[in-house]
Amino acid sequence: MKQVFKRPESLRDVSFHFCPGCHHGIIHRLVAEAIDRLRIRTKTIGIASVGCSVFLYDYFDTDVCEAPHGRAPAVATGVKRVHKDRIVFAFQGDGDLAAIGTSEIIHAANRGENITVIFVNNTVYGMTGGQMAPTTMLGQHTTTTPRGRSFLGDGYPLKVSELLATLEGCSFVARVAVNNPANVRRARKMILKAFEMQVNNMGFSFVEVLSACPTNWKMTPLDALKRVDNELIPYFPLKVFREKTIPDKL
Amino acid sequence: MGRIQIDIERCKGCGLCVATCQKELIHIGEKINSHGYHTAQIHNKGECVGCANCAEMCPDVAIEVWR
Amino acid sequence: MNDSRKRLINGNQAIAAAAIDAGCRYYFSYPITPQSEIPEYLSLHLPEVGGTFLQAESEIASINMVLGASAAGARAMTSSSGPGISLKQEGLSYMAADELPALIVNISRTGPGLGGIAASQGDYFQATKGGGHGDYRIIVLAPSSVQEMYDLTIKGFDLADTYRTPVMILADSVLGQMKESVVMGGRKKSTPTKKDWALTGCEGRSPSIIKSLYLDGDKSSEHNRKLFEKYQRIQKNEVICELNRCKDADLILIAFGSAARIAKTSIETAREKGIKVGMLRPITLFPFPNQQVRDISTNIKDILVVEQNTGQMVEDVLISASENARVTFYGKPSGNVLEAEEILCQIERCMNKVGT
Ligand SMILES: Cc1ncc(C[n+]2csc(CCOP(=O)(O)OP(=O)(O)O)c2C)c(N)n1
Ligand code: SF4
Ligand code: SF4
Ligand code: SF4
Repeated sequence: MKQVFKRPESLRDVSFHFCPGCHHGIIHRLVAEAIDRLRIRTKTIGIASVGCSVFLYDYFDTDVCEAPHGRAPAVATGVKRVHKDRIVFAFQGDGDLAAIGTSEIIHAANRGENITVIFVNNTVYGMTGGQMAPTTMLGQHTTTTPRGRSFLGDGYPLKVSELLATLEGCSFVARVAVNNPANVRRARKMILKAFEMQVNNMGFSFVEVLSACPTNWKMTPLDALKRVDNELIPYFPLKVFREKTIPDKL
Repeated sequence: MGRIQIDIERCKGCGLCVATCQKELIHIGEKINSHGYHTAQIHNKGECVGCANCAEMCPDVAIEVWR
Repeated sequence: MNDSRKRLINGNQAIAAAAIDAGCRYYFSYPITPQSEIPEYLSLHLPEVGGTFLQAESEIASINMVLGASAAGARAMTSSSGPGISLKQEGLSYMAADELPALIVNISRTGPGLGGIAASQGDYFQATKGGGHGDYRIIVLAPSSVQEMYDLTIKGFDLADTYRTPVMILADSVLGQMKESVVMGGRKKSTPTKKDWALTGCEGRSPSIIKSLYLDGDKSSEHNRKLFEKYQRIQKNEVICELNRCKDADLILIAFGSAARIAKTSIETAREKGIKVGMLRPITLFPFPNQQVRDISTNIKDILVVEQNTGQMVEDVLISASENARVTFYGKPSGNVLEAEEILCQIERCMNKVGT
C-alpha cells in the first residue's frame, strides 16, 4: 500500500490551537499543500492577519510577517515589491479583510499586486468572541446582534468575491467551501490555481473560503457543516468569478 | 483496500471524520488524549477503502491514509 | 567615492535626494501638503535608479507597505504631515515592536484636526513620546536648515538600521519650502547593514518570523525590556545638539527646528545690543539632550525656551534643567510663524528680570 494522504511538509509538526471542528485547520492544510505542490516553501513569505489565524507563523514552515488588523494586503505589497521573485500570500479573516481592511484589499487587488490572498469567511469575528462581521447573514444571532442581523442598521452581508471580481487587476477570484470532501478537493484545486497565478506573474489572486466557526455559531461541528450548505452557499455561491489564462498554457 | 492511522494526540474529537466515512468505520471512542479530548478510533479496519475522505475533512490533520 | 555636488533646492527636495543617496529604493505615501515635493521628486527620480514609488490608498496603507518592505530587508521610507502622521501611528507602533527600521518624514502642519498648512511644532509630543499605543520610542531628528534636511535624512537611515527602529524627521513647512544651497554626496557612502533577520524566503536557513504578539507574560516583559534597553542605548550614544555662543552667555535660549533658525537672528541682534545670549539646539528630540541641558543650566541659570506651539519641548527642558535654573517659556500657537522681533523681546524681558 502506498501513502495517499499525509501531512504537508510546509506545515510544522505541531497541533493547531483552533477549536474542535474549526475549518481554519483545513484551509491551512490546503494552502500548505499548494506550497508543497509548487515546491515554493523556501521562496514563500506568509502574511499573518489579526484574528484566529494570527498564529500562522507557528504553523507554516515558511518566513512569516505579522500585519496589523486589516493591513495584510499592504504589508504583502511592501514585501512583494522588494522580493518580486518570492511568493507572498496573506491569510485573512472576514473581520480583518471585509471590515477594517476593506480599503487595503480593494486597492491591492486593483493594483494587480502579484500576491495571493486567502480569505476565510466564517460570518463572525471569531477571535474576539463572535461579534457581527460584515459577512454575518441576515437574521444571524451574534454577540452584537442579539436580535439577529437586520438590514436596517446593519446592512447586507458583504459579497467580497463578487466585488473584487469587477477589478481588472485580479487574475483569479473564486469562492469555495470545505464542508464536505468534494468541496475540500475543489478548494484544493482553486487554492493551487491562485498560487499558480502568482508564480506566473499574473497579478492578484484571491480565494474566499466559506468556513465554519462552531464555537461562535454555537453549533456542533456537524451542524456547522450543514449550515454552510443550507444558509451560506445559497447566499455566497461557490464559483470562479474571474480567471485569466496563463499565457504559456494557451 | 486501504488503511488509516489517526494521531490521537492531535485529534480533538470533532467527529467530522466519523460523519464523513460512508463505510461508518470511525467512531469517537472512550480513549481520552492528553488534552482531554475523546478521540476518533477506527473499527472494522479491514473494510477501509482508503478513499481519504475522513482525512480531507479532519481540521487537525490527524489522519494519514494508505491505499 | 566623490560625487559631491552643490544644488539650490528646497528642504523637501533635499530630503528626497538624500533618501536616494542613502540607498533607499522604496517609497510609499499618500498626498498631503506641505510635503508634496518629496513624492513629486521621488516619483520622477526613484524609477531612474530602479526604485519603487507607490502612491498608496491611504497613510495607513503606505506605512504598512513600508513595514512590509522593511521586513523584506530593504531601506524604505514614507512622508506625510499632521493628519497623515496620525494615521501612521498604528504602523509605527507595530514597527517599533517588530524592530523594523524605516524613515518617516513629518513636514508638520498646524493642528489639531485638519488645521492648516502653516509651520507648526505641535507634533513634538506625538513624535517624541511614542505617538501610537504601547511603551515605545522612535528616534526623532529635527533639522533646522536645508543642508540638515539632507544630512539628517542620510543619518536617519543609518540610525534606523543600526538600532532596528523607525526614525522620524520632524520638520515643518518653513524648512520644507525654504531654498538653500546644499552640498550633496561626497561623503562615505551610507551602507545598509546586513540584515540577517529579514524575510527573504527560508532558502538554506530556518524560517524567520516578524511579529509583535506576545501573549505569554514572561515573553512579553522580556520583549518590552529588550526595547527599553535599546532606548537606553540610544539615549546614551546618539544625542546630538548644537551649542552656539554659550561660553560667555548670561541666558541660554533653547529651541529646535525652524524656531531655532528664527531665534538665531534674534540672538545675533541681541548680541549686537550687548546682550549675552547663547543657544542650545536639540537636533535629536528623542533622545533628548537631557544631560546637556542639565549641565548648561547648572552654570547659566537663565533659560528661555521658544517653540512654535503652546509648550511641548519645554516639559523635557523642565525635567532636565538643574534645580536652580529659571526656565521661561515663550510659545507661539501655530498659525502665524514666529518672528525674530518677538523672540528678541522675550530675550530682553528675560534679561531685565535677571537684572532685577
Ligand atoms: C485595530 C484593531 N481593532 C480591533 C482588534 C481586535 N480584534 C482582534 S481579532 C478581531 C476580529 C477577527 O475576526 P476575523 O477577521 O473575522 O477572523 P476570525 O477570528 O474569525 O478568524 C478583532 C476585531 C485589533 N486587534 N486591532
Ligand atoms: S473561534 Fe471560531 S474561527 Fe476561531 S478557532 Fe474557534 S471555531 Fe475557529
Ligand atoms: S479512508 Fe475512507 S473508508 Fe477509510 S476510514 Fe477514511 S473515509 Fe472511511
Ligand atoms: S476529524 Fe480529526 S480531529 Fe475530528 S474527530 Fe476525526 S480525527 Fe479527530
